[in-house]
Amino acid sequence: MERFLRIDRRIIFASITVAVIVSLILQFELPIPASEPVQEIYEEIESLPKGSRVMIAFDYDPASKEELQPMAVAFLHHCFSRDLKVIGMTHYPGAPGLAEQAMTSVANQYQKKYGEDYVFLGYKPGSASLIINMGENLYSAFPKDFYGNDTTTLPALQDVDSLREINFLFDLAAGTTIETWIAFGKEKYKFDMGAGCTAVMGPDMYPFLQSKQLTGLLGGLKGAAEYEALIRKKANAVSGMRPQSVVHVIIIIFVIFGNIVYFTTRRTRHA
Amino acid sequence: MRKDSNFFVLVGTIGLFVCINIFLMASGKLPFSFDGFGVILGAGLTLAIYSFLYKDNPAFKIAENLYVGVSLGYTIIITWFNFLKPDLYDSLIVPMFSKAATKAPQYALIFPSMLGVFMFLRFSRKLSWLSRWTFAFVVGLGAGVSIPRVISAFILEQIKPSLHPVFSGGETLFSSVNTLLIMLGVISVLIYFIFSVEHKGAIGKISKIGIWFLMISFGASFGYTVMGRLSLLIGRIQFLLRDWLGVLQ
Repeated sequence: MERFLRIDRRIIFASITVAVIVSLILQFELPIPASEPVQEIYEEIESLPKGSRVMIAFDYDPASKEELQPMAVAFLHHCFSRDLKVIGMTHYPGAPGLAEQAMTSVANQYQKKYGEDYVFLGYKPGSASLIINMGENLYSAFPKDFYGNDTTTLPALQDVDSLREINFLFDLAAGTTIETWIAFGKEKYKFDMGAGCTAVMGPDMYPFLQSKQLTGLLGGLKGAAEYEALIRKKANAVSGMRPQSVVHVIIIIFVIFGNIVYFTTRRTRHA
Repeated sequence: MRKDSNFFVLVGTIGLFVCINIFLMASGKLPFSFDGFGVILGAGLTLAIYSFLYKDNPAFKIAENLYVGVSLGYTIIITWFNFLKPDLYDSLIVPMFSKAATKAPQYALIFPSMLGVFMFLRFSRKLSWLSRWTFAFVVGLGAGVSIPRVISAFILEQIKPSLHPVFSGGETLFSSVNTLLIMLGVISVLIYFIFSVEHKGAIGKISKIGIWFLMISFGASFGYTVMGRLSLLIGRIQFLLRDWLGVLQ
């Protein structure tokens, strides 16, 4: 029995990899019901009238791409299908490439024009001071957009002088930007805000839902899958739920097995 | 495993990778273009990084160092073109020294720029004292801006739901139980962190409840972390199977 306690960890890695590959190749459907925090964001976007301004903060880099990019794409699909004006920006220097790719690819599917229907302001450092600057004057915070256009000339930004004119802000976060947006943006300039975050950060964000500082929350790949299911645009996140569920079952089995072996061996030693 | 056999495993794996790519390009599954080579590079680096799970090896080391170098280079370029060039170089430097400039220089930028330059003077023994001015500015401004906002957003606003009435008329039974649980959790965890009183009797029992709440919270965090790490693995395998090998649709 004791040899099971000294099992080569590479066997576990291999079994997890095989489980992921097999469950990706085999096609089977799993129900993906939307949790309340995800449903709240969906309802919020549904309730916005056409032409409302939604700001998306792409606060992540390629290290978190697998979790947050599907969220960004699903959320953009929802915004463009509802004819909302989308304004993108980021606090992360590694994000512009990902944000531009997501915005351009989804906008093209809905024949949305850059500058009129959506804008990407690009990256700026500063974190809290940048948010305060945007809250006072968006054009002084971003005099030029990502492509070097004068932001005062962009039709999508007409009548948007500051964060006060934003109808909804959605922060896709891989770090502490949700807290920064809440403290220096939402609380001060009074706009509705939702967030999508990596699964690691998920539990830390629940107190903000409880206090209604966040309208809703998309946590990890599961949150993205729920949103994809809600907007009926099943893509990477939904197909990722199959291996996720299978591997979770395998991990639970490993944990139970490890504990049984541990306690059995301990009893044998004490006897 | 001996050193020479490790070498053969590495060379064999690289050889297999090259053969697969030649086959994929010859069969037309991967285009013979920059996009195709980009996918091959991405697949190679993904496999090199995950090869660490088997054993530390030169392929992993190369991929790791490449990642650090490329991310730093990318950050420098993005910071220059998105921030330093439009906000400092084009607004202050160009109008000051170019006769063809149409805009007047923004002299207000000199002060923050100088503070930024002072940060680099930490490397000089004689002038490093100037960097303290910048730190004083950053700490003073940061504290002044943060303290009221943090107290308001993270303490006062967070206390409100903790003081939510259990029965206020429109509550469901579930939400009332939820409110009671939150109250119990807040009080018991706070009591657990009171170290000036010995944890005996009633205090000891309540602090034990606090430990249970903490353990459940750590368990939830760990569960979410496992889910997050798996999502990254799933994403990379989706890339390998779909974009590289073309097995998935």
